[in-house]
Amino acid sequence: MSRSSGRRNQELGTLLIVFLTAFLGFVLLCLLQESKITGETGLLAAMIVGPFFLVHITERFFVSQSDPLLIPVTAFLSSLSLVMIYRLKPGLFNLQALWILIGIFFLVISLFLAKNYIRLKDYKYMFALLALVLLLAPTFIGTEKYGAKLWLNIAGVSFQPSEIAKICMVIFLAAYLEEKRELLAIANKKFLNIWLPPFKHFGPLLLMWLISLAVLVFEKDLGSSLLFFGIFLSMLYVATGRKIYVISGSILFLIGATSCYFLFPHVQTRIDIWLNPWQDVAGKGYQIAQSLFAIASGGLGGTGLGQGFPTYIPAVHTDFIFSALAEELGLIGGFAVIIAYLIFVCRGFRIALTSKDEFGKLLAVGLTSAFALQTFIIIGGVTKLIPLTGITLPFMSYGGSSILANFILLALLLAVSERANLGEAL
Amino acid sequence: MNKQISRLGILFASAFAILCFNLTYLQIWAAPRTVSSPSNTRGMAQELTIERGQILTSDGQIVALSKEVDRNYERSYPYKNLYAPITGYYSLRYGRSGLERVFNDELLGKKEISSADQYYQSLVEGTTKGHSIVLTIDSRLQEAASQALGDQKGAVVALNPKTGEVLAMVSNPSFDPNQLASLNSSVVDRTWEALNKDPEKPLISRATQEWYPPGSTFKIVTASAALESGIAEPITAFRCNGQLKLPLTTHVIKDFGGKSHGEITLEDALKVSCNNTFGALGLELGPEKLVYYAERFGMNKEIPFELPVTKSIIPEDMDEPSTALSAIGQKDVRVTPLQMALISAAIANDGEIMKPYIVKEIRDYSGKTIKDFGSEKWQKAVSLDTSLTMKEMLKNVVDAGTGKAAAVPSIEVAGKTGTAQVPNGAPHAWFTCFAPVGNPEIAIAVVIENGGSMGNDATGGRIAAPVARELIVEALGVNP
Repeated sequence: MSRSSGRRNQELGTLLIVFLTAFLGFVLLCLLQESKITGETGLLAAMIVGPFFLVHITERFFVSQSDPLLIPVTAFLSSLSLVMIYRLKPGLFNLQALWILIGIFFLVISLFLAKNYIRLKDYKYMFALLALVLLLAPTFIGTEKYGAKLWLNIAGVSFQPSEIAKICMVIFLAAYLEEKRELLAIANKKFLNIWLPPFKHFGPLLLMWLISLAVLVFEKDLGSSLLFFGIFLSMLYVATGRKIYVISGSILFLIGATSCYFLFPHVQTRIDIWLNPWQDVAGKGYQIAQSLFAIASGGLGGTGLGQGFPTYIPAVHTDFIFSALAEELGLIGGFAVIIAYLIFVCRGFRIALTSKDEFGKLLAVGLTSAFALQTFIIIGGVTKLIPLTGITLPFMSYGGSSILANFILLALLLAVSERANLGEAL
Repeated sequence: MNKQISRLGILFASAFAILCFNLTYLQIWAAPRTVSSPSNTRGMAQELTIERGQILTSDGQIVALSKEVDRNYERSYPYKNLYAPITGYYSLRYGRSGLERVFNDELLGKKEISSADQYYQSLVEGTTKGHSIVLTIDSRLQEAASQALGDQKGAVVALNPKTGEVLAMVSNPSFDPNQLASLNSSVVDRTWEALNKDPEKPLISRATQEWYPPGSTFKIVTASAALESGIAEPITAFRCNGQLKLPLTTHVIKDFGGKSHGEITLEDALKVSCNNTFGALGLELGPEKLVYYAERFGMNKEIPFELPVTKSIIPEDMDEPSTALSAIGQKDVRVTPLQMALISAAIANDGEIMKPYIVKEIRDYSGKTIKDFGSEKWQKAVSLDTSLTMKEMLKNVVDAGTGKAAAVPSIEVAGKTGTAQVPNGAPHAWFTCFAPVGNPEIAIAVVIENGGSMGNDATGGRIAAPVARELIVEALGVNP
C-alpha cells in the first residue's frame, strides 16, 4: 500500500505543477484580452484543472498502482489545449472543455470496463469488425471536409470514426498477434540468404496493406492510412521480432503510395506542396506557408501568448494548433510540448516492458505506437518535415472524436500499467 | 519481446528528436529568411497594431501621426503634399519610403535587446508604442518655400550652413501620402497606379533625387577653384569679346544676349555671369583641377544624409570643350538641389561643409529624448581666405549683379543665379545664396524647371531669386 500511495502522491505533486502552469497561462491570456481578472476567470481556470483532480481521486480508489505520469502529462496537454483554444477560437472554448469532460467520463467508464483488460481478447473479432466498419464507413456515408472524406455526420455532430477505429484495431491486433506470434515468427524458407516465414503468413500483412490503401484511395486520407499501417507494422515487429515483415511492409506501402501519387491528383498536389510550398503561396501552399511563417516568427521565446498572428493559418485550432503554439510560445514552448509527448510515449513503452502478459505488452505497444505515430505525423506535417496530412494532435487539437479516442487509449494504458505494477507488488 | 519494444521505443524517441531538430532549424536558423519572405504579410499586420511614432518639425508641428481605426492604426499626414518628400509614405501594400522607411524601427519603437534586463523590460512594457522623430525642418520656412514656389515644378532646399540642419526641403509636384496610407486598399491601389504612371514623377523628391545641369550657379565652384589654385584673383582681368571659340570644335560659348563685356575682372565676370570668362577659366584650370575642386564641394561623392541622395556628377575625363562647358555648368555636369545648397553653405561656413541632416532627435512615447543627433563636419571645400573672397564676390552679385531680386534691405545676401540650357524646352532657373553674409544663418538652393511660370523668358535672377528672397525674409524675420 505504501508503494501505491507513493505513485499517487507523485502524481498529485506533478498535477499541482501542471495546474499552476495552466492557471498562469490562463491568467496571462485573460489579462491580455480583458485587462482584468474576474470571478469568471477563476471559474474557467477551475474548469480546466478540476476534472483531472477528480480523475486522480478515482485512481486512488480504483487503479492505485497505475502509472503516475500519464495523467499529469495528459492534464498538461489538455489544459494547454484549452488555453490555446481560448486564445484562437474563444467561441469553441466551452465546447472543447465539455469534450474534455466527456473524455474524462469515458476514461473512468473505460477503466471500470477494462480494468481487467484480458477479457477484451474474447471480443477480438467484434473489435476487428468494428474497426473495419468504422474505418470504411465514411467511404459510403461520409462527408468530405478539407479534401478528405473521413467524417460521419450523426445527428448534426460530425464525427471522425477513424479515431475510434484506431483503438479497436489495436485491441484486435494485440489479441490476434498474441495468438499467432509463434506461428508468424517461424522462418523455414531461405531466400537470398534470408530466412523467410511461409508465404501464407504474409496474408495478414497483405490484408492490412489493402485496407490502408483503401483508406488512402477512397477517403483521400494519407495520414490515417500511414497511421494504420505504421501501427500494424510496429505491433507485428514486436510480436514476431522479424524485420522482414517491417521491410517488406514498408516497401509495399511505398509502392502503394507511389502508385497513388501517379494515379490520384489530390495525393500528387499534397506531395508537390510539400516539396515546394513557395510555388503557390497564395493558393495551394497557403496553409503550410502560413504555418511556416508562424513558426518562424515565433523564434526562441515566441511572440507571447495572444501577441502573434496564428489565426492567419486556416484550421489553426485543429490540425495546426502546434504551429500556433510554436509562434506564441516559441521554440521553448514547442520543445516543452514535444517533450511532454515523449514522456507519454516513454511511459507507454515502459508499461509494455513491465507488463507480465503478452497481450498486455502488445496492447501497450499498439496504443503507444498509435499515439506516437499520430503525434509525429501531424507535428512533422505542420513543420514540413513530411507531407502534410490532416490528422489531429492528441489532446491538443480541437475536436470531440480525437479527445474521446485518446482518453480511451489512456484508460487502456492505465489498466495495463495497473496490472503490471500489481504483479510487481505481489 | 522486450528487445523489440526497446528498439521501437528508441525509434520513436529518435523520430521525436528529429522533430526537435527540425523545429530548431525552422525557428532559429531559417527564421530570418522565412520571416523576410515577400509573401509574409504578418510583419505589416503586426505593425498596424502598433501606435507608430509621430514625425514633428523642429517647432513642434505634427506632420505624421497614427490614428486608431478599428483596433488598428492608420497613418495620417495633416499637411498632405507639403512634407511628403521628407516623410515619404507608409503603406500596408506598397511598403515605406522616405523617413518612414529609414526610421521604421525607431517609429515602431523597436529596441535593441542586448541584456536579460532589457528583455524583461520589453516583456513588461510591450512594444505597442513607437518613438517620435523630430525634424530639423522649420515649418514656417517649409511653408514659405512651398508658397513661393507655387505650382511651378522644382525644388527648394534651405539649410543652416553652420550646423548642416536642413531647415526646409520642398519638392514640387509632390503627392499626398494619406492616399497610400489608407486602410482602404482600393484607394491605395488606385493612387499607387496613378502616381507611378504620372510622367512628372511625383514620388521622386526633386530636392535630393533629381539631377539638373547647374548652369551659371556652378561658377561658384569654378571661381573658387581659380582662387584656390592661385590662377586668378578677383582683380585678374579677362578679355570678353562676346564669344569664346572652343578648341577642336566649331562650337562657341556665347554670353547671355550675345553681349560683349570687353575687358573684365573676375569679380565683375561673376557679377554679370560672363560665360566667356568662365569658359576660358575652365580651359586654364584644366579638367583635373576643375574636377578636384568640384569633388571638394561634394560632387562625385555620396552625400551623407538620412534620405537617399543621387550623386551629383562631373565627368573625370573631359576634353577641352567639355571642360569649358562644364566650367559654366553645362554639358555633363549634373547636381541635385541639396548639392547646390551645400556649395553655398560651404562658402558661408568659411569653406567647411557640415554634414547635412534632417532628423535632430528621437523621443520615446513619454516625450523623453532618447537620441540626439548633433552637427558634424563633413569636408573642407575651400580655405578660409578663398571663402572670404568668394563671400564678397557673391555679395556683389546680389547687390549689383544678376541676383538683385534676392536683395533684402538691411540684410547682406550673397548668391549666384543660373539659367541652365536644356535640350527640350525652356531653361531651368537656379538661384543659390546665403545670408547674412557676416554671420550666415541660412543657405538656400532654388531650382525651377523649364522657367516655371515665365517659360522662355525666365532666368535664375528673375524667377528663382525671388523665391530665395521670401525664405530669407521668413528666416531672418525682417519686414520687406
